[in-house]
Amino acid sequence: MKIAIASGKGGTGKTTLSTNLAVYLSQKYKVVLIDMDVEEPNSGLFIKAELFKEENKFKMIPEWIKDECTLCGICQEVCNFNAIIQLGTKIMVFPELCHGCYACSELCPTSALPMIPKKMGKLRHYENNNLSFVESRLDIGQEQATQLINQTNKYVDEYFPGEIIKIYDAPPGTSCPVMEVTKDTDYVILVTEPTPFGLHDLKLAVETMKELKKNYGVVINRYGIGNDEVQNYCKEENIPVLAKIPNDRQIAELYSSGELIYQKVPEVEQQLENIGNYILK
Amino acid sequence: MKIAFTTKGTEWDSMMDPRFGRTEYLLVYDEDKNELIHFDNRTIENEAHGAGPKTAQKLFELNAGVLITGNGPGGNAATVLEQAGIKIYVGAGLMTVKEAFEAFKNNELKKFLS
Repeated sequence: MKIAIASGKGGTGKTTLSTNLAVYLSQKYKVVLIDMDVEEPNSGLFIKAELFKEENKFKMIPEWIKDECTLCGICQEVCNFNAIIQLGTKIMVFPELCHGCYACSELCPTSALPMIPKKMGKLRHYENNNLSFVESRLDIGQEQATQLINQTNKYVDEYFPGEIIKIYDAPPGTSCPVMEVTKDTDYVILVTEPTPFGLHDLKLAVETMKELKKNYGVVINRYGIGNDEVQNYCKEENIPVLAKIPNDRQIAELYSSGELIYQKVPEVEQQLENIGNYILK
Repeated sequence: MKIAFTTKGTEWDSMMDPRFGRTEYLLVYDEDKNELIHFDNRTIENEAHGAGPKTAQKLFELNAGVLITGNGPGGNAATVLEQAGIKIYVGAGLMTVKEAFEAFKNNELKKFLS
C-alpha cells in the first residue's frame, strides 16, 4: 500500500501529517516513511530512529570529448532543455539543466559525449522497530529533484517489496517532482488549509490527480481559520474529506519543538484513526 | 563594434526589456555601419528550461561585443557570454533603447561581473 501525502500550497502540513500518521500506524503495522521533498527534507526532525544505511546518489550527464567531436550540432538540436550549447568550436554542457535523458550522447555520431556519473545527493535509511524511515537530500547547487526521487523510489521498492504500508511525504506544488512521487502510489492525501490560497492550490492539485487518474482525498489542516469554501468545493466535487485537524496553538508549539502531536492531542489521534480506517479499509 | 540591447520593441524609442534570457527582442546596433538590426526572440516563451544560455548563444551568433540589459543574466547565461567574450552592462531595464545607449556612452551603466 503506497500513500502519498501531497498538497498544492506549501506549508499546509504535509510533513506534520506524514510523520504523525506513519508513527501512529507503526504501533500496529510495519510502516515505511519516505521523505521525498528532496530539496528540503524535514520529516527526519520528527523521527527518532537509528541510521541503518546511507548511499550517495548519482545522475548521468554528458562530458564533451573535444578530439572526437566534428561540431555537427546534433547534440544541441536534440536537447530539449538547452543543456548543451555550441559556441563556435566549443560545446558547453550545463549539468544543472541536464535531465539525464541520454539523447545527445546516444545520437552523437562520433560518441564524443559519453555519459558520466555526477553526485547529486544522498539517501539515508533509518530503522526503529516497526518504522523504517528513508530520506533523500539533494546536494547544494543541484536542481533536478526528479532523478533523485526516481532513484529513491527504486531503493524503496527493492528494499521493501510487498504490501508494507509506505507513506511518501511529497514536495509542494504540482510540477514534475510531485508527479514523480505520486504516479505509482495507490492513494494520495491532499493536505490543505481552509483559506482562499489553500483552495486555489488545492484545485490545481486536484486537477493534477485527475490527470494522473489517482484515488485521492483531502485533509483540512488548521481547521477553524478562513472560510467554508474548501469544504463546499470538496462536497460539490465529491471529494472525500478524510480528516479535519484543528487550528490549535498547542499543535503549533509541539511542531515547533520537533515533537509528534497525536500523543499529546487526543483529537489529532482520533483524526489519524479516521484516516487509517479510510485508506486501509 | 556591435552593441546589443534586450528590448520590448524594434526601434530606438522602444523600451528596454529588463530580462535577459526571456527578452522579447534583441536589438543590435552596428557602430561601424550605423545600422540597427533586430532579432525576434519571442519564441523563447516555448522553452521551459535554459532560456538564458539559448539567448546568449544567439548573441554570439549576432556577433555582439557588448550587451546592454536590465537585471543581468543568470549563472548559465553569464558563463556562455563570458566564453563568447561579450562585455555586459546592466541597470538599463527602465530606459528606452536610446537612453540606454546614451547612458552606456556616458559610462553611467554598471559593468556586470559574474
